[in-house]
Amino acid sequence: MDSQLVIKIILIVLCAILALFVLLPGRGSRHVAIRRLTMLILFAIAVVAIVFPNVTTAIAHLIGIGRGADLLLYGLIIVFVGNSLIVQRRHRQLEEQITTLARRIALIEAPEPAERINGTSHAGRERPQQAPADQAGPVDK
Amino acid sequence: MLRAQRESAITTSIEERTWLVVPLYNEAAVVRSVIEEARTTFPKIVCIDDGSTDASAEEAYAGGAVVVRHPINLGQGAALQTGLDYAMRDSQADYFVTFDSDGQHQTSDALAMVQRLDTEPLDIVVGSRFLDDRTDVGAVKQIVLKTAIQFERLSTGVKLTDAHNGLRALNRTAAGAIRITQNRMAHASEIVQKMGRANLRYAEQPVHIVYTDYSRAKGQSVWNLVNILNDLFLK
Repeated sequence: MDSQLVIKIILIVLCAILALFVLLPGRGSRHVAIRRLTMLILFAIAVVAIVFPNVTTAIAHLIGIGRGADLLLYGLIIVFVGNSLIVQRRHRQLEEQITTLARRIALIEAPEPAERINGTSHAGRERPQQAPADQAGPVDK
Repeated sequence: MLRAQRESAITTSIEERTWLVVPLYNEAAVVRSVIEEARTTFPKIVCIDDGSTDASAEEAYAGGAVVVRHPINLGQGAALQTGLDYAMRDSQADYFVTFDSDGQHQTSDALAMVQRLDTEPLDIVVGSRFLDDRTDVGAVKQIVLKTAIQFERLSTGVKLTDAHNGLRALNRTAAGAIRITQNRMAHASEIVQKMGRANLRYAEQPVHIVYTDYSRAKGQSVWNLVNILNDLFLK
């Protein structure tokens, strides 16, 4: 039998859980709580691994992996991928918020469309300020 | 229709009931002449300066456009939505045209599209490069565009002959139904998606796209297709 079957199953199940976690619509407090609990557990595991380095190897052997270091690597990969997905989602939400905010600012600073006049007269419109070349845009000072 | 509305529709020309919505990002070299040229037809032009680092906003203003400035760079899709939000605040406005700032679109095409909205039962008229032979599209670009079109037809059910053509004319129904949430280049596909979902009445208009050396140098590279697909599906 495949000696690495156990670890394969464990890793696949972990991936599936992560996928589910990513796909489910986030309800704020539960997600945050789960993330914090996961962090706590990770710290606890880290402490155990530091105090008893042989434990990781023992566990690794138990589930068909040669070395403890490999077990840590697999775990790290899972945590890293999961974390990347969570951060990506958060990033998108932030981008939406920033867009809404920036659009609101842009529209507040703009002259009313009704003030738009025909011809070439620029009366009633505010001249756009020169943005500093190295900055993102005009800021009220 | 109320009498007052009808009277204003008669007395106000179609050009004055139209806003040109022009996203603007670092086009200082050409935007002024583009706006001046467009303003010989359309008096109402709003440029959305998307955080340009050059003098684009000043040039657009000098050309006679209203300039709405994003405080930071958000992307062309976001700029279009800001421009539509702005133009729709004008209660006199019936039609909204999305128009590029680099001079590749023709004002005459835009006017013809708005006239179709005014006379035909349509919500949106989309420009197409492939309905006549005026536009010279390079071979690689043609393959990329045709692939994108097939893909879009399958995924949206909207049958268009051109993808990612920036020249579109919308009435209020269409402008209200299409809310662009894709900040970057995927907004073009998003607009087609939403046309399908909102069951907008659409038509295509043959348009002439002028590829100058300037626009070619700035134009979308084929690599962008990868980025667009990423934005659309890896949400």
